[in-house]
Amino acid sequence: MDAFERTFALHVPSSTENLAMIRDFVASIGSKAGFDENEAARITLAVDEACANVIEHAYRSDDAYIVTIRATLDSEVLIFDIVDNGRGFVASDVAQVDVEELIRQRKSGGLGLRLIRAVMDDVKYQITPGEKNELRMVKRLKHA
Amino acid sequence: MTQTFRIESSDQDGVCVLAVEGYLDAHTAPAFETAIEDEIRSGRVRLVVDCSRLTYISSAGLGVFMSFLEEIREQGGDIKLAAITPKVFQVFDVLGFPQLFDITGSVEAAVARFSQTRGV
Repeated sequence: MDAFERTFALHVPSSTENLAMIRDFVASIGSKAGFDENEAARITLAVDEACANVIEHAYRSDDAYIVTIRATLDSEVLIFDIVDNGRGFVASDVAQVDVEELIRQRKSGGLGLRLIRAVMDDVKYQITPGEKNELRMVKRLKHA
Repeated sequence: MTQTFRIESSDQDGVCVLAVEGYLDAHTAPAFETAIEDEIRSGRVRLVVDCSRLTYISSAGLGVFMSFLEEIREQGGDIKLAAITPKVFQVFDVLGFPQLFDITGSVEAAVARFSQTRGV
């Protein structure tokens, strides 16, 4: 982090209806950070995946809860923190099953974390049981 | 928000073409899932999804393709994906979908492939 760090935050009710608003927010910050349209779209997808997980799994689509998306931009990285206080999970427990195997098992889930990891440079979870869950996704800026 | 999602179903040479338009995410995927379920229940298992007007897809949308593929192929059909734009294709590509699904450049090519392979 440096002296030119800027932070942005969006707080939305926990409903998949708000994913479009979240994507607009992320795309605009991605573009502000200097990413081209394709790269900004990939970052937007990663944050969409993370928020959809929170909405559907941590908050079970109960829009009485709020999802917070915090973005921090400095001269080297763009960081997105997704914060919730719903049901947490242990990332290492989420099995990385082959897509081929998921098809055989007729599963529709299990792809979100894979996409997040494919797009972002660093992904970390901090889970404080019963208090809050925080997913940090870091993308290095092109010139950094 | 104007990020809507629409599905249009039509028949081309006995193949069901589902034209999807807009944003396929966790919010809109259930509608897509219902549309495919309806086709399978009506005995239509030769499906082409026309993605030419699909602007965005997330894992929820990809999951719909994934969850029905086995059932449809067991019944002698297939879900073929057609005319995916480069922006959307990169999401399919990250997950290795091009190796698992039959993807063509146009709806016509996908429909023709059904007649070449007689039912699959």
